[in-house]
Amino acid sequence: MDIIITGLILGGTYALIAIGLNLQYGVARIMNLANGEMLVAGGYTAFALYTGAGLSPLLTIFLVAPAAFAVNWAIYRVMLRPLVKRAPNRGALEQDSILATFGLSFVMVGLMVWAFGGDYFNYAYLSRRVEIFGDGFGLNRVVAFLCATALCAALFIWMNLSRAGMVIRAVAVSPDSARLVGIDVPRLSAIAFALGGAVTAVGGAVLSTYLTLDASTGVIFTMKALIIVIMGGVGDIRGTIVAALILGLGETLVATLIDPGLTLAAAYALFILILLFRPQGLFGRRQA
Amino acid sequence: MTARDWQKLITAAVLLGIAALLPLTGNAYWLSLGVSVAMYTVLATSWALFSGPTHYISLATAAFFGVGTYVMGSGIEVMPYWTLLPLAALAGGLLAALVGLATLRLSGVYFVIFTLGLAEMVRQCVTWYQNQTGHKGTYVLTELTEADIYWQLLGLAALVYLAGWAIQRSRLGFALRIIGDDEEVAAHSGINTALVKVALFVVSGLVAATVGAIIAPRYVYIEPATAFAPMLSFQVVIMALLGGTGRLWGPLIGVIPFTLLWEVISASFPNQTTLLLGLCFLLIVYVLPKGFVGLMQRLDLMRQGREAFA
Repeated sequence: MDIIITGLILGGTYALIAIGLNLQYGVARIMNLANGEMLVAGGYTAFALYTGAGLSPLLTIFLVAPAAFAVNWAIYRVMLRPLVKRAPNRGALEQDSILATFGLSFVMVGLMVWAFGGDYFNYAYLSRRVEIFGDGFGLNRVVAFLCATALCAALFIWMNLSRAGMVIRAVAVSPDSARLVGIDVPRLSAIAFALGGAVTAVGGAVLSTYLTLDASTGVIFTMKALIIVIMGGVGDIRGTIVAALILGLGETLVATLIDPGLTLAAAYALFILILLFRPQGLFGRRQA
Repeated sequence: MTARDWQKLITAAVLLGIAALLPLTGNAYWLSLGVSVAMYTVLATSWALFSGPTHYISLATAAFFGVGTYVMGSGIEVMPYWTLLPLAALAGGLLAALVGLATLRLSGVYFVIFTLGLAEMVRQCVTWYQNQTGHKGTYVLTELTEADIYWQLLGLAALVYLAGWAIQRSRLGFALRIIGDDEEVAAHSGINTALVKVALFVVSGLVAATVGAIIAPRYVYIEPATAFAPMLSFQVVIMALLGGTGRLWGPLIGVIPFTLLWEVISASFPNQTTLLLGLCFLLIVYVLPKGFVGLMQRLDLMRQGREAFA
């Protein structure tokens, strides 16, 4: 029971991060390897505002989200748009965007080390104990989970019920056909990329309330988010949420029963299973 | 073989002979720089053998390198040095085959993602195993000098160049180029695309593991964090792309300036290495997308164009 709840709590936050990446990859078609660094940047901001100004991390979100949106929008327009224009096909764009965002991730790590130093950072926020089904959990974890769930639900509803969400899903399914029905694909890709970045940064701010981060941990989160996106299916929010919960559970299981140092190995084991049996994602349809 | 081929072969042999004379100068600094250049040349060239024509970016070099280092580290007490080199190659090749079989049947993105965390995953497993058995690290004590390591790496470089040259003119190399141009077309003309890709990836994996095994005595003390340092994979990718992967000798002309540049960077800005590495990446993607080789070809075309007008 303890494992299940801890796993679900972890998975809830993963879901938020992976949805961010999925918006960037599924809609804007940019495989963003700097995603984890955006997360850490969000975490740093929450940390700095909490220790510096005493601002609650849950309020910081409202600052982090628009800021990250603006930054990611600029990144897309300045850095990635030229690559999209230059690429003759999707494969070439993937290669270019992987290399470019990879460079970007190094630059961001470098800047964060420069600005904050390479040390681990954490802070005590709501570190009280609450009881759920007889087991004790940190209140900050529970709050973070609720926060992530609320955001996931809001995004899910917005994507499925609003007009803007429908347009975004149309671009995810087929950018070429979306253009034919009058959707401004370049503008929408930029918005989806920016939104994805904002969601990820918020995820980082939420995560920083209970996890210890440092400037170079970003890549681990990128890795996990990528595995989740592939497991859940590209462009599929429902699949992403389920996959995130599975990964959260799997990791907690391995960390509790075998060794906490093996979490990435656990993620890899899931990844291999998916690649071997369902490469199209949990809910994806096999392509002809 | 045509006269032109012989000419190229002889030029390469002469250059290799000159390079082999470096330890005789007796300058320890130049020799250690030479070892770095030779090591990165082998790694970048073998990386480009696979990633050049297919455009699949492998970030797994550090994983293979570390596996090779560990084969050497754990075997040196019980087995003679020379038997461990092929064993390391075998281990690296096996790992590459497994990774390749799992990912290379699918689109390139899966492969990149899988290789991105591979070194870290293997490191976690090795660390875990060592914690279980109570080891921390291993010592590799041999009689080999820096010059011996250098010569071994040069020999390996020669082998890699010969292999690359042979692959380029074989059916395998031809199939690989078609896959790089258009994978769909390749599959339709009866090429077993997965098999070809796995085969080439195994070559680059076993070479990287051998390099790890050769370098191991230089470290003396091996622990997971040094053997599987992920930075290595990224440096190899940068160097190969900087030189250009369109030609067999392309990575070499990226390795030499980058190793020297890196020497300066890590000496003068030890805290900003990551930042500068990232900027190098961006510079290559935006300014030199085809590396020095592409730049030279462009200049060549421009010159020919001018001559045609004159």
